[in-house]
Amino acid sequence: MSDNGQHFVADHVAGLPRSGIRDFFSIVAAMPQAISLGIGEPDFVTPWHIREAAIFALEKGKTSYTDNLGLIRLRREISSYVENNFGISYHPETDVLVAVGVSEALDIALRAVLNPGDKVLYHEPCYVSYSPSIVLAHAQPIAVGTSAEDQFGIDPERVEAAWEPGCKVLMLNFPTNPTGGVTERAKLERLAKFAIEKDLLVISDEIYSELTFEGEHTSIASLPGMQERTIFLHGFSKAFAMTGFRIGYACGPKPLIEAMMKVHQYSMLCAPILSQEAAIEALKNGAPAVAKMKEQYHRRRDLIVRRFNEAGLDCHSPKGSFYAFPSIQSTGLDSLNFCKGLLDEEEVAVVPGTAFGPSGAGFARASFSTSYERIIEATDRVERYVEKLSKRA
Amino acid sequence: MSSVLQLLLEGEHLNTAQMAQVLGMSESEIEAELTRLKAEEIFLGWRPVLNPDRAQENVVRAVIEVKISPERDGGFDRLATRIARFDAVESCFLMSGGYDLLVFAVGKDLREVASFVSERLSTVEGVLSTATHFMLRAYKEQGYLLLSPSEREDKPAVSP
Ligand SMILES: Cc1ncc(COP(=O)(O)O)c(C=O)c1O
Repeated sequence: MSDNGQHFVADHVAGLPRSGIRDFFSIVAAMPQAISLGIGEPDFVTPWHIREAAIFALEKGKTSYTDNLGLIRLRREISSYVENNFGISYHPETDVLVAVGVSEALDIALRAVLNPGDKVLYHEPCYVSYSPSIVLAHAQPIAVGTSAEDQFGIDPERVEAAWEPGCKVLMLNFPTNPTGGVTERAKLERLAKFAIEKDLLVISDEIYSELTFEGEHTSIASLPGMQERTIFLHGFSKAFAMTGFRIGYACGPKPLIEAMMKVHQYSMLCAPILSQEAAIEALKNGAPAVAKMKEQYHRRRDLIVRRFNEAGLDCHSPKGSFYAFPSIQSTGLDSLNFCKGLLDEEEVAVVPGTAFGPSGAGFARASFSTSYERIIEATDRVERYVEKLSKRA
Repeated sequence: MSSVLQLLLEGEHLNTAQMAQVLGMSESEIEAELTRLKAEEIFLGWRPVLNPDRAQENVVRAVIEVKISPERDGGFDRLATRIARFDAVESCFLMSGGYDLLVFAVGKDLREVASFVSERLSTVEGVLSTATHFMLRAYKEQGYLLLSPSEREDKPAVSP
């Protein structure tokens, strides 16, 4: 065959779309002078005391495998961190698994619980991996749209309407990448009731929870009756600015963690020990650095939201994360053309909302994980671009 | 703490127009706040932070431990202020421990600093002794690391 091996690729993998972000990335990569608001990670470097702990661990010769579940010292720290900050109590010996980022935790959670053909409800626009991860686990993704009117919080009625026989899992991510949406407690309570009624397992990705600017973050796992049917996912990438360490964790009932452990054990063995040591330091002493970064994100959010609205793009104020998700509908362009035009004409990169699923149409994601000066310059250019568009119309 | 002050402390260099943008205030409000902070002597002023190894080739810096005798009225204040007024003195602090004042001094060469110490500082009445240490190399200057390799070069411009 002369297709270079293409015919060997599994059908369900061949059928996956390339990430819209990757396509856009190749364009932006060729324009080093562009201002990028497309970065889905902190602009801060990992706080020095955490990096220093990793160096110290390396000096001490910590270069081995660890327990499959992760270092018990780390699992104890995770257990008390989750108890103190989320009010959920997990046993470090049996209910906590340390993974290579929330990315891996999510993947093994899905693979551990899904049978071929099972259905998974998730809200959209959402993190780019959700739907592909479900498909890779041979299950069927069912998207539930969220909308600007609800500031991209989830509407339980829409979840209930989307439910169909065969649904096994409900995936949640609040605060949400890319919208910054959160869901208030009352709605989570209703969702919880529905999950119990339909016997759904909830997988809750709370990776942005520390970056909640208004109100208190509530984990659905902390609601009555939910801990036993929730896999709680969290990590260090965002709040602790540790993306490159590739470390995160899952907490849940023992049988589920055990099932995930099997997948993890045979595919990953364990998370890197240096990252685990760094994570221990982060949980023990990282709170002041997290608070300081959060304060800056908060000011940047206020700035970027105000500037987008002044520029003529309707933009709700995201209650968490470091993403603004302005509507670009007033320009009359679709997401991709808006973003391509902005890049071509003004050299500012934002990510088309459609990269996060069809319900992101009409929006763009702008990360405010960058300096004030760049935010000001970028939004000035957006304003100029929107003005030009309205004159052309 | 005032939001203007917090923003200044974050360390990103912004002009008043940019500060106004960030804080959602008008430029004149920012100016007024800066004026108030100065009037109340909370905010003392601007100075550039330079890399001494690169920018100030002809500068020698020293820290000087100074013992002085306190006075019946005002303790160390009068003498400390008197010493602090010399142009060669960049900073001057009262310390606990084995000496009284820690003086940060600059001069264009070793001799200039030495003559400041021997002819000016030690001859002030009330100065009992001095111990001068010359600085050899700076690694961090007022919050700026000087030898750090540039970080984050590999970060992709767009990521999920
Ligand atoms: C919602 C969400 N979940 C998970 C991840 C991946 O996190 P990690 O670095 O822990 O794999 C991201 C990263 O962008 C994210 O936005």
